[in-house]
Amino acid sequence: MEELIEQLKQQIIEQLNLEDLEPEDIDPEEPLFGNGLGLDSIDALELIVLLEKQYGIKIENPKDGQKIFFSVKSMAEFITEHKK
Amino acid sequence: MVDRVTKKASLVYFIADNIITSLGFTTSENFQAIREGKSGIEIVKDKNIYPEPFPASLVNTKKLEEEFAKIAVKGHFTRLEKMLILSVTDALKHLDVDIRSERTGIILSTTKGNIDLLEPQKKQMREEDRLHLWKLGRVIAGYFGNPNEPVVLSNACISGVLAINIAAGLIGQGKYDNVVVTGGDIVTKFVVSGFMSFMSLSPGPCKPFDAVRDGLSLGEGAGTVILGNKGRTGENIIFKGGGSANDANHISGPSRTGEGSYIAIGSAFKEAGVTGNDMDYISAHGTATLYNDEMESIAIGRHNMENVPVNSFKGNWGHTLGAAGIVETAMMLTEMKENILLKSTGFEKPGVSIPITVIDKTKNKTLNTCLKMASGFGGTNAALVVQKN
Amino acid sequence: MTPVIETYCHLRNNRIFRDGKLLFESPDTNLKDFLKSAYKFLNPGYAKFYKMDELSKLGFLAAEVLSPAFDKELRPEETGVILSNTHSTWVTDLRHQQTISDTENFFPSPAIFVYTLPNIMTGEISIRHRFRGENAFFIFEKFNPELITDYINRLIMSKKIKACLGGYVDRSTDGYDVFVYYLRSGKNSTQKPKHTAAGMWKLYEII
Repeated sequence: MEELIEQLKQQIIEQLNLEDLEPEDIDPEEPLFGNGLGLDSIDALELIVLLEKQYGIKIENPKDGQKIFFSVKSMAEFITEHKK
Repeated sequence: MVDRVTKKASLVYFIADNIITSLGFTTSENFQAIREGKSGIEIVKDKNIYPEPFPASLVNTKKLEEEFAKIAVKGHFTRLEKMLILSVTDALKHLDVDIRSERTGIILSTTKGNIDLLEPQKKQMREEDRLHLWKLGRVIAGYFGNPNEPVVLSNACISGVLAINIAAGLIGQGKYDNVVVTGGDIVTKFVVSGFMSFMSLSPGPCKPFDAVRDGLSLGEGAGTVILGNKGRTGENIIFKGGGSANDANHISGPSRTGEGSYIAIGSAFKEAGVTGNDMDYISAHGTATLYNDEMESIAIGRHNMENVPVNSFKGNWGHTLGAAGIVETAMMLTEMKENILLKSTGFEKPGVSIPITVIDKTKNKTLNTCLKMASGFGGTNAALVVQKN
Repeated sequence: MTPVIETYCHLRNNRIFRDGKLLFESPDTNLKDFLKSAYKFLNPGYAKFYKMDELSKLGFLAAEVLSPAFDKELRPEETGVILSNTHSTWVTDLRHQQTISDTENFFPSPAIFVYTLPNIMTGEISIRHRFRGENAFFIFEKFNPELITDYINRLIMSKKIKACLGGYVDRSTDGYDVFVYYLRSGKNSTQKPKHTAAGMWKLYEII
């Protein structure tokens, strides 16, 4: 899990062009949206692309994203559960 | 040039139009089809466009080639160019407007032009600059022998409405006697894949303003509206006012308060010297995404127009992008001439928070003053007001 | 009366000029590094910049250079953004096409696709500076101030807007060219360049 979280942090920074952030700046339990990293609706869609591209997990309904992308930790848990 | 601006603005008339979509190649063919409640949106199974089936409204290719063969012109033209040339040719029919005159301007409205030429299988057909929008403008102007530099407008989904506003201004200030506003976009892998990645396409034909609407349907088409400084004998429809505004909120999501749309409508009203109370009908943008339709209902409500009949043609043609503002304005003009309100196809049950009056049945009504709305990516919004003279 | 130009800027050859004078020069010769160092120099503290495509970054930086002159007293709907270019969003179009050309590796990205409309740049500038006035994006074969000077002047004279950002922001596979100006109605001065097509040609070519 720890390894996956670190890998995710790096992938999120790259995929979302968060150039002024380093992986250690992201608290895995902190909300990604809202007051957390300040991500927006396009970022949410990019995270869906990230899951499909890197982990082969397809999300059909963008509404499901709210729970899955709550934090890096929740993402990692979802990936662990659903990875083929 | 500038001293002309202070001159008293003359009236600007809508003198001709054309609509080319899945439902027909003329305005009247399209009007008849929509009157019968038809939708041209079908499930498309074309792996060259998208790996999975998707709903879209496509122009019939066989018919396009047949119609184009009738005007039998030399030279190679792309699919979109054929549509635009046919559209302008039809609008010019029976009209005493000389498109070769330097007093006639051309404005082209498009979002992506010949972007399909980027696809590898079309590489041989491709001249390097044919992909550029200015070149598309030159090809169309060149075909008709128009001597002026074509104005190409690419402002997302409001391009068509904005192009008409700009054309009216050019005539009003005396720069041109007539302006041919034409626009179009086609359904391509480029655009479909992009909208898919935005998860904004409905799995079935779109349902503007409906309670269960779940996204838009893409469409392709071309349209033309010709504006001029002289009316025709009998009843005329004139351009009264236009405006555009930006939400300054988000590059893809519309404003939750309808701010930009509200400002654009207000600006068009101010120029037209009217208020929401004067409107007989609204042709909305109505893409059938959750947020667009909600946003528009808020803007309509803020101008106290809850009781004004409103519809969207996206349920008939899908979202035709750069053509949308033109074909939808042309259909609004037809409704005015016929004094008919067309049913908003796909609408069954109200689904926006403001109780606006979506047209649920085609019916007769005297239409004198009407509003066209448009909104798009980039937070951009436009509106225009037309009136019988 | 013809409005006058308050301030203008050029972004060319890794340099930023304001009112014809060199403001910043980057040692980097590639666009990516120039955009980054120019951002750091102007220091707007706007992390969303990194998410933009190159065309939007160019337009954003030009607006940032001019922003000290923006009239803060105006209501948001009183400032317009009317820009133009030659290549629309060509470089980003090619990037999006790359994401969809391989059926085995078909991952269109919403964050790239959204920038395949040139008016996203005007949207980015509008968001940053809360400009809600008239907006339009024109495409011409090359820099061509005829229509947009006329159009902006007409919007000002009809009192639809009181101020406007205008100009040209182009990005192609061969390079970039940026000339953007700000004008405010009612601030007429014989010292300042008039907003006419001839005047804009002259300023465009000054660098």
